[in-house]
Amino acid sequence: MRSDAPAGRPNQLFRNLNSKIALIPMMLVALVVFLGGTVWTVVYSFTNSKLLPRLKFVGLEQYERLWDAPRWIISIQNLAIYGILSLIFSLVIGFVLAALMDQKIRFENTFRTIFLYPFALSFIVTGLVWQWVLNPEYGVQFIVRSLGFTSFQFDPLYNADIVIYGILIAGLWQGTGLVMCLMLAGLRGIDEDIWKAARVDGIPMWRTYIFIIIPMMRPVFITTLVLIASSIVKVYDLVVAQTSGGPGIASEVPAKYVYDYMFQAQNLGQGFAASTMMLITVAIIVIPWAYLEFGGKKRG
Amino acid sequence: MANVSSLNAAASFDSVSGQVAGPRGKKPRKALSRRNIILYGTLIVAALYYLLPLYVMVVTSLKGMPEIRLGNIFSPPVEITFEPWVKAWATACTGLNCDGLSRGFWNSVRILLPSVVVSIAVASVSGYALANWRFKGADVFFSILIVGAFIPYQVMIYPIVIVLRELGVYGTLTGLVIVHTIFGMPILTLLFRNYFTSLPEELFKAARIDGAGFWQIYFRIMLPMALPIFVVAMILQVTGIWNDFLFGVVFTRPDTYPMTVQLNNIVNSVQGVKEYNVNMAATLLTGAVPLIVYFVSGRLFVRGIAAGAVKG
Amino acid sequence: MATSVSIRELSLSFGAVTVLKDLNLDIRDGEFLVLLGSSGCGKSTLLNCIAGLLEPTDGQIFIKDRNVTWEEPKDRGIGMVFQSYALYPQMTVEKNLSFGLQVAKVPQAEIDKRVARAAEILQIGPLLKRKPAELSGGQRQRVAIGRALVRDVDVFLFDEPLSNLDAKLRSELRVEIKRLHQNLKNTMIYVTHDQIEALTLADRIAIMKSGVIQQLDDPIVIYNRPRNLFVAGFIGSPSMNFLRGEIALAGDRPVFTTHGVTFGLDAYDAAEPLTPGRKVVLGLRPEHIMIDSDVNSPELHEATVDIEEPMGADNLLWLKHAGHTMSVRIGGARRYAPGARVRMSFDMGLASLFDAETEDRI
Repeated sequence: MRSDAPAGRPNQLFRNLNSKIALIPMMLVALVVFLGGTVWTVVYSFTNSKLLPRLKFVGLEQYERLWDAPRWIISIQNLAIYGILSLIFSLVIGFVLAALMDQKIRFENTFRTIFLYPFALSFIVTGLVWQWVLNPEYGVQFIVRSLGFTSFQFDPLYNADIVIYGILIAGLWQGTGLVMCLMLAGLRGIDEDIWKAARVDGIPMWRTYIFIIIPMMRPVFITTLVLIASSIVKVYDLVVAQTSGGPGIASEVPAKYVYDYMFQAQNLGQGFAASTMMLITVAIIVIPWAYLEFGGKKRG
Repeated sequence: MANVSSLNAAASFDSVSGQVAGPRGKKPRKALSRRNIILYGTLIVAALYYLLPLYVMVVTSLKGMPEIRLGNIFSPPVEITFEPWVKAWATACTGLNCDGLSRGFWNSVRILLPSVVVSIAVASVSGYALANWRFKGADVFFSILIVGAFIPYQVMIYPIVIVLRELGVYGTLTGLVIVHTIFGMPILTLLFRNYFTSLPEELFKAARIDGAGFWQIYFRIMLPMALPIFVVAMILQVTGIWNDFLFGVVFTRPDTYPMTVQLNNIVNSVQGVKEYNVNMAATLLTGAVPLIVYFVSGRLFVRGIAAGAVKG
Repeated sequence: MATSVSIRELSLSFGAVTVLKDLNLDIRDGEFLVLLGSSGCGKSTLLNCIAGLLEPTDGQIFIKDRNVTWEEPKDRGIGMVFQSYALYPQMTVEKNLSFGLQVAKVPQAEIDKRVARAAEILQIGPLLKRKPAELSGGQRQRVAIGRALVRDVDVFLFDEPLSNLDAKLRSELRVEIKRLHQNLKNTMIYVTHDQIEALTLADRIAIMKSGVIQQLDDPIVIYNRPRNLFVAGFIGSPSMNFLRGEIALAGDRPVFTTHGVTFGLDAYDAAEPLTPGRKVVLGLRPEHIMIDSDVNSPELHEATVDIEEPMGADNLLWLKHAGHTMSVRIGGARRYAPGARVRMSFDMGLASLFDAETEDRI
């Protein structure tokens, strides 16, 4: 195998050849699927592909049609409402739960198990369960009414105006456990002397959290934020299972728009344009974060 | 006896007993202090919110349909019946097929086993090569991979369909295994790369000086040391692949649909009368696998998602 | 002199593990007391109990004759400096110093005055607008001391404050802390595992082991008259030479004998009768052994040089003598080659004798 002839350095390309062969799948995935696939979709979003992809460029026509489609507008609105509320609530609930868990409580493991188990479940299961719990004839609305509040109305899955909040409740149920876990890990990473110093200084606990601990946890918050945000953009299964986009098109989301146009309506161009919009959304979230996180310091 | 305390103790000491009146030892606390009521109260209310859907699922799945129509979803079953479970497993209908969720279950198992094995094998070797056999350019590919993890799947799905179709594996088990391997790669490679980087470099150097090659070092030295991270990766992949819906729907045909897709089709089918008890039994059956993995693995699961979620 | 901090029968256990055992300690007003011991001896635990950061299982703590056992840390009249500095990273130095006072609703004018005074004493005036991340380790530690200073308290607690600094900075800040104490004359309780810090700073040192104070004394007394074998071995570098043997009589004079050699004990100031036959351990510090030209006693021993370790200012010889290896400190200019024969004598007035069983000083 090895040439011991003093003929100078061996060719760099064949040095440690095995390790390069082993990395071929990764390189293929990175180049062909992630880079190539993305570029392909973006390029074809400028064509008028219908049933099959074809390279007949029509400029921004697909995007114009996309932004004219009421269903897309509703999808974007839903995503915005769901996204913003989901971010706020999961960060607040996740942090508060983590802070409570950090008080040297009893049964910490039991509570953690309870808060996190929904995260092990699929969005399909989550959506179907909450579809049932929020069922107006048998679920929450029925129970509150039977307690005497006969005019109580909470039927998110049948009411186009509030259907997105029904999905939000389910999404929070599934995902806040993870946020809690990340926050708890962040809290546990804080030097215990900081807490001691604050106690000696006589700073009340809530002020210590707000003025000292939360500012110290900024990196954890930002990372969590990016994680939640990029998963929100992808939200799909939950809607499919819980409402199928209904009532009507009231709970449509962009990811579902993409799927439906690509695989059911056979209007590939629309699907590509919509998925490119999703890509742009994620880029807007991720690029500033990546820049802050990795841009400042050179990574060795 | 070991203490030589100075004799000029303050006058307040009772010199006979050496004890003094006043506070001593732990400050007494009421078990039901305001702080504890708020603390545990909040935690218990939150725990109830998280437990409620599970409770509702179990209770509903054990009731008969007449009882469901009469009562509310929270009331415990008057008459426990396992009929819905049997029906969900063996005879529930999707479209024209009426052989229950069992088909989806076995499809999922058939998808799960090779996908978990292949994706972990490929990713662990990649992570090992990246950690120990660095060469120029390798990190560029790795960066693309990690950035790619944030790209919505919807952007890449259609090109993959085309490639798989060209390869003649679109709609087959092989095709789906490839897809799971591709999309599991960023997280798993990161996981393994970080783990192998954290091992002492001397170990690798010593093995090279002893003349071991790429695969020898991987199988003889790295693999045995990496068992815990393999378990973490397995937890990650088993739950992830079992819970997958999108790839199942795009890359399989109706007769090979995984359990999640079949579950959704059963519950959300528009034909016939809705049988809520069967639906909930089916939902529980589908959720059972990841739940069992979760409850059995405990802390490792937390470690897995934390490793997957936070960059290394 | 008045007592500043008093600890009465203090015990602390976590479950089955006892960290502090029935501990009593009185610290005088203005005293610099060092708690010294290896890790896990309970010294930091004791300090945290005094600060109120840990609750004792039993016992009482008095500060300025006030029973503070159940008081919150902020109400005890203490300031504390931590090993990791524990500065609030998002706040400027000025804010770090003033935050506690603002929370306590001290008038702004008073806060400004105290911050200015602390900044002057610690010479951190130019750093006030910076954040902790922009400071060096030594500067951070000064700010941490400043945070204790502005609290205007009687008792300062230091928890291994210099451990995170490099050797040079450590000796510089050591001097500064000593100067601070000389100027302020506050009571200071200082935890460390570094014996040099303890010896140089302390008015009194309390050496701890397994939650019990082994000896509480002047540094010089601790060094020269250790109460037991543990203290003797813990203090001093290189460690005291220990020779196992027994008491015998040479004529009517008590001597220490081991491996056929004898050491006269006439000069030794014994607290207990030196009964012949008693098994004992003789402890000799390296600098209390004289060789060759320094020999000043008619009782001579011969030894062989095994290893020579030149250290600059002085020179350490490892000698083989009657089945023991002994270290001897001599002047840096005197050199010996391995294998050389030397004559030795011993300064028995500064030696220590311990009972082999109880390990207590005789």
